Amino acid sequence: MENINKELKVSALENGTVLDHIPAENVYKALDILGLKGIGNQITIGINLSSKLFGKKGIIKIADRFFQDDELNKLALIAPHATVNIIRNFQVVEKKKLVMPHEITGIAKCMNPKCITNHQPVRTRFTVLEEDGEISLLCHYCEKRSDIKSLF
Amino acid sequence: MKKSLISIQDFSKEEILHVLETAKEFEKNRVQNILEGKVIACIFFEPSTRTRLSFETAVNRLGAKVIGFSDATNTSVSKGETLKDTIKMVSNYVDMIIMRHPLEGSSRYASEVSSVPVVNAGDGANQHPSQTLLDLYTIMQTQGRLDHLKINMVGDLKYGRTTHSLLQAMSHFSPEFIFTAPEELKMPVEYKDFLNERGIKYTETTSLEEHLDDCDILYMTRVQQERFTDPMEYEKVKDVYRLKASMLENVKPNMKILHPLPRVNEIDQDVDETPYAYYFKQAENGLYVRMSIISCLLGYR
Repeated sequence: MENINKELKVSALENGTVLDHIPAENVYKALDILGLKGIGNQITIGINLSSKLFGKKGIIKIADRFFQDDELNKLALIAPHATVNIIRNFQVVEKKKLVMPHEITGIAKCMNPKCITNHQPVRTRFTVLEEDGEISLLCHYCEKRSDIKSLF
Repeated sequence: MKKSLISIQDFSKEEILHVLETAKEFEKNRVQNILEGKVIACIFFEPSTRTRLSFETAVNRLGAKVIGFSDATNTSVSKGETLKDTIKMVSNYVDMIIMRHPLEGSSRYASEVSSVPVVNAGDGANQHPSQTLLDLYTIMQTQGRLDHLKINMVGDLKYGRTTHSLLQAMSHFSPEFIFTAPEELKMPVEYKDFLNERGIKYTETTSLEEHLDDCDILYMTRVQQERFTDPMEYEKVKDVYRLKASMLENVKPNMKILHPLPRVNEIDQDVDETPYAYYFKQAENGLYVRMSIISCLLGYR
């Protein structure tokens, strides 16, 4: 039953992008990171869908919108196992995995209260550090580490 | 290409050694008008005596002129001007900006909006690279080398930026470290990770007496009240170490005591008279090293 549901939702898109296997709790963050809040495209969002692999998952389907790889790769920070399906004419024409970006700009906030980026209109910039599966962000300005929870 | 000095990590080992070699030349002859006709801005958004005066002296001794301020209250900053606008404006007037600011990362940001080189003279608790270079210069001067030295860092190793930067800079020279600090002010784990990755040995202790006799450099630091958010935590640790001349009877003959100054009471006055005290000479070296930094960044050395 579940499989049929999923199939229906995915194939309902004529042209666009389907982001699958997003951790259920990070769907809203994913919308933020991709700048999808307030755009005019038709967007379908699923939260707490059952997943064989992850238990609960989230899914986002955006009609008539295709992303650059570096835009999508920002999602790896909150959804490292997400898959991207590119849909054209109801067909999945491409499937891809996300690649963890080396650097991110403008999407996270430094957790150091004395960092210049928290006091002046400075675009944030971080190097992504991955240690033992844990992701943290090294601030380009104050050189302090922020954990991933500081994203939003 | 314009090169700024923001973090000690921006300089390679070769660049560090080049600055130190050049500083030797300025120590031999401290009046060299190689920058005649240049104007350099010293903009200090936070009070400082030693750093500001030695940078301004360095500029003057190189024959350049200084403009700037030592307190932001009489400037447009108090009207709400952003750092970006201040830097954009100043960098149109001068050949170099030397700046201190209480916010961390402010110098890196300034170097990105400035059209001229920026020297970080301290950005909050983050970096103070000219201090690190003068520490290295002093270590080299007292030991005749930088390689294979045993350095005992004492005091506030948690908040003290000088010890963090010195540790990073010394990592080029196969050192061994001793970290003497109370539990509350231990060396943060990211710096220990940094050493582990490079296979550099370190020992931690809470006792000042334990490693006085086997180190080449005793790097004392002040417990800085301004870095504490909890006054009780400060009261607990403020007088934790006090070095006295009587404790130095069995130290190595080449051992020297350094301190970034100002000291409060972590080094007793009677230590000043021992052959191991070197902190005043260290402060003097700041002038030569800063002359060297300025002339190297402007491409004159």
